[in-house]
Amino acid sequence: MDDQATLTADLRDAARDVGPVAAGMFLLGTSFGLLVVGSGLAWWWAPVFSGIVFAGSAEFLLVALAVVGTPLATVAVTTLLVNGRHAFYGLSFPLHRVRGRAARGYAVFALIDEAYALATSRPTADLTGRRIVTGQVIMHVSWVAGGLTGALAGARFSLQVPALEFVFTALFVVLATEAVRAGREATGPLLAVVCALVARLVAPGEMLLVAMGLFLGVLLVRYRFAIPKEPDRARH
Amino acid sequence: MPGTSYLAAVVAVGAAVTFALRAAPFAVMRTLRSSPLMAYLGRHLPAGVMLVLVVYLLRDLPVDRPLLAARELVPVAVTAAVHLWRRNALLSMAAGTAVYAVALAVAPG
Repeated sequence: MDDQATLTADLRDAARDVGPVAAGMFLLGTSFGLLVVGSGLAWWWAPVFSGIVFAGSAEFLLVALAVVGTPLATVAVTTLLVNGRHAFYGLSFPLHRVRGRAARGYAVFALIDEAYALATSRPTADLTGRRIVTGQVIMHVSWVAGGLTGALAGARFSLQVPALEFVFTALFVVLATEAVRAGREATGPLLAVVCALVARLVAPGEMLLVAMGLFLGVLLVRYRFAIPKEPDRARH
Repeated sequence: MPGTSYLAAVVAVGAAVTFALRAAPFAVMRTLRSSPLMAYLGRHLPAGVMLVLVVYLLRDLPVDRPLLAARELVPVAVTAAVHLWRRNALLSMAAGTAVYAVALAVAPG
């Protein structure tokens, strides 16, 4: 097959791979744009956040932290913990299939949850590097375009939908539900909620940082005691 | 309202930390990658972090006014329930937000 034909095939396959996901990202991006404008930021911050950070749920959080003037150190730690899961994606993401420094750099930059899910849920034989990266570009463009659309609509028509602020909470409820389901244990999630409530009572001003630190500490203590039983528990 | 330079710094910090996390596993040595502690954290950290965030987002819940508290908690429960049922993120969020919109109309602040 000549190169032009494989390029066309890769583009078509990538579009088919990410089509529904990209549509969903556009819609969620729209609510992100509305949130940006609704929080009082200029409309162009939506494409700046979406284009440069490109981290879906974490962007919602960054905007929420920014409007209350959260110290940058707290912003860094919160991003670290919220996006911590991304550090595990690289372990199985087929980066070796992507050719060229720039393409590899972009593939790592755009390693969002959906890109990881896509690259690891397909039979690797059909998945060329170009197909992976093209899919990532399509999702990136959809996300930025959604944010821009929402922000412009919000700014142009001073669209204020009070119920929309809940989209943000709902997003994290969905992520939590998904993660708790995948974790298949109740103790960790319960301890996390307890840590958060303790932090709320003890340090309301620095709740997020204290809660995350407490939870990390509790996990490390649990690790010390639980690790011999871990393989056994994983089997159930 | 936060200034432009502060917001730019938030974007820069958010982007730098996110990129570092995504690049980290390709940069670290295989021994660290396969350490049991990393595996343990990878398994147990995500759910807890997301739950901490949900509690953080509900931090100003008026616990002394049950009706107003329920206005937030019922949509949260609906979102989680719909998600367990259909496992479609957009559907779950739409359902929760719709219930929240109704709750706002029924029990205004």
